[in-house]
Amino acid sequence: MWYGWTGNVLRVNLSQPLVTIEVLDRPSAENFIGGRGLGVKYLYDEIDPAVDAMSPKNKLIFATGPLTGTGAPGGSRYMVVTKGPLTDAIAESSAGGAFAMAIKYAGYDIIILEGKASTPVYLWINNDQVELRDASHLMGKTSTETEIAVIAETDPDAKVACIGPAGENLVLFACIMSDMGRAAGRSGVGAVMGSKNLKAIAVRGTNGVKVADSEAFLKAMMKAYETIDNEDTEHFHQHGTPSVLALVKEFGSLPTRNFQTGVNPQWEKLSGETLSTTIATRHKMGLACPACPVGCGRVTRVTNPEFAGEGVGPEYETIGLFGSSCETNDLDVVSKAGFICNEMGMDTISAGAVIACAMELYEKGYLPERDVGMPLNFGNSQAVIKLIEDMALRKGFGKVLADGSYRLAKRYGHPEFFMGSKKLDFASYDPRGLQGMGLGYATNSRGACHIRGEVHDLTLYSVQHWRVTMDHNVGPVDPHRWDDKPVLAADVQDWFCIIDSCGMCNFMFFLILNEDHARALIEAATGIDMGGHKGLMKTGERIFNLEKLFNLKSGLTVRDDSLPKRMLEEPMPDGPAKGMVVHLAEMLPEYYRIRGWSHESIPTPRKLQELGLE
Amino acid sequence: MAKGIVIDIGRCTGCGYCELICSFTHHGEFNPLKSRIHSSVFIDKSMAVPVVCYQCEDPWCAKNCPAGAISIDKDPGGAVSVVTVHKDKCVGCKMCTLACPFGCIVVSDSYAEKCDLCGGDPQCVKVCRSGAIRFEEAHTSVAAKRKSVAERLLGSYQEE
Repeated sequence: MWYGWTGNVLRVNLSQPLVTIEVLDRPSAENFIGGRGLGVKYLYDEIDPAVDAMSPKNKLIFATGPLTGTGAPGGSRYMVVTKGPLTDAIAESSAGGAFAMAIKYAGYDIIILEGKASTPVYLWINNDQVELRDASHLMGKTSTETEIAVIAETDPDAKVACIGPAGENLVLFACIMSDMGRAAGRSGVGAVMGSKNLKAIAVRGTNGVKVADSEAFLKAMMKAYETIDNEDTEHFHQHGTPSVLALVKEFGSLPTRNFQTGVNPQWEKLSGETLSTTIATRHKMGLACPACPVGCGRVTRVTNPEFAGEGVGPEYETIGLFGSSCETNDLDVVSKAGFICNEMGMDTISAGAVIACAMELYEKGYLPERDVGMPLNFGNSQAVIKLIEDMALRKGFGKVLADGSYRLAKRYGHPEFFMGSKKLDFASYDPRGLQGMGLGYATNSRGACHIRGEVHDLTLYSVQHWRVTMDHNVGPVDPHRWDDKPVLAADVQDWFCIIDSCGMCNFMFFLILNEDHARALIEAATGIDMGGHKGLMKTGERIFNLEKLFNLKSGLTVRDDSLPKRMLEEPMPDGPAKGMVVHLAEMLPEYYRIRGWSHESIPTPRKLQELGLE
Repeated sequence: MAKGIVIDIGRCTGCGYCELICSFTHHGEFNPLKSRIHSSVFIDKSMAVPVVCYQCEDPWCAKNCPAGAISIDKDPGGAVSVVTVHKDKCVGCKMCTLACPFGCIVVSDSYAEKCDLCGGDPQCVKVCRSGAIRFEEAHTSVAAKRKSVAERLLGSYQEE
């Protein structure tokens, strides 16, 4: 009997086409939980990691966790796991919303999409009735248009995930959009969906999720819920992720001019508090994903005719990249950029980063104006908006931008202006002011990601409640110290593997919850014993190491655990982090030692045996 | 005056926690479709609206029930008044679902079912962090609404 999990895997072969429903592999579920962990387990077992991400041999997995669809706070996440075309490494992108719940209520833990449809199709899952339908009339439609059209053709209660034109045009950082503005954003998972000729997935589920121990679950759920109900949550609810900007700025880590500095004197124009009092349509009131007591979602309306629009967002990362790194310093422009990215189905981080990178190449004279077709100095808002549309449609210079900043910088002979790691662009944090972030960027499995090892949370939010940190008796975490970061990074990475696998949103955890809350919920839901704190963290480590094995087989090496020269050699020119570089060379050997990996960043046989991955 | 569930539309974030706890409390599973309270999200208007039985003073469902299975139950102190379905009398004929103007009574597993205020301690209210659903006397919330309108008027007067 399955509790928490549904016990079913939906497998759709798009080439044949063939739909099968399989029993979930019980040992995999127990050892990898769900979501990110279970997704990577199935992917690792079923494909050759060296395969071309856009080939029919790659698989696209939508994975929920055992807590998805329950009343666990923030328990409405799904994770898209595949090989990423932007990074040529493991890709796991997560989104929250009713789509994730619907997968569970339809009766599935994971959906595996294989092969490639010969013509554009969408998948309609109505509980156990599953069919592929023609989608040729949906091609070219934006994400909202697609969602509305698919709901009209299927069922008013259907929840939809889809790609926009960017996914169809195989933009390497295309994302998968769901619930009118939620994005499984990074690594190009939308391009993989596009390469399979799959425009959308609609799901209607009418079944419930049962838990193993109702009494214990209710107790754990209410305990977590009441813990979250505090002032920090209220601030986050009122101002959303944009409230992070004021915190990052305190550490001199707000990327400005393609990470040339971490200080933006005009930061106040971009802050969450400014957003709440100007363009937010619901002052002091965000919209929430299902089962979320926080409600960080913004809805904004821009009336300035030049950048007019209305929609979901912008999030902090969108503001950091389009607002500060491109130096537009204007929330109207940022929101418009975000609206277009959402409609086209593109990652706002990589889209902002590639424009900022092009701007630096242009200003330094390496990118000729005739290639771009217009001046591209920092702060050129009109160019930003024009180029976003062009890259989604792969039009003009947009064709070059659509391959991301790593390939752009390389193409123009200056790879050092790519700001990221493993071909994935940095999120909106300059790691020179946050050493832990630097180590995380260099070592996270999917590349320079900010939510796979949030060591910076220990600094930004003065997070003291995570047991992972208490185990090592760290006091307040100094962002400029590097000697304490290897152990913290490894721990936090393992811990986030658990969060991303259980089906809950990681925002619950940096706000206040700790691993006791997570373990109590997972155990009460599934009925399995996670083996205490140590057992839970071991599971996280197992997941992280399996991702590592995937990347090694994809062809990544120790050289990919790297950061741009700017972060390692150019001291931060001004602000609170003035004079700092990332001390990666000092941190990496210790990090590998703690991980049980060789100097070549390869897990030792002993470590693999310990984790059951031999 | 009896307490009831009062809804403040402007505060709802659409998180649906009310639906999850309701279905879990009454059916032992998390399933919004089995909830007796529903929150509809209108993303384009950035609004969400919860709808639940308002415990009518003269309920349509009771008036139309041919089996006499629906009555108003009051606790001895008069603090809570609940329109209640008596399962032993209900025949599952669905007349109540046709009669209710709000769609707040359904027939599920052969019996009519609706909000029973969890016996005077509604669980949905406990998990509504934004305060969109509250359990209080109706006149209290109406008075609060009047006061907030008055405050807005006051604010605009002072600005000029």
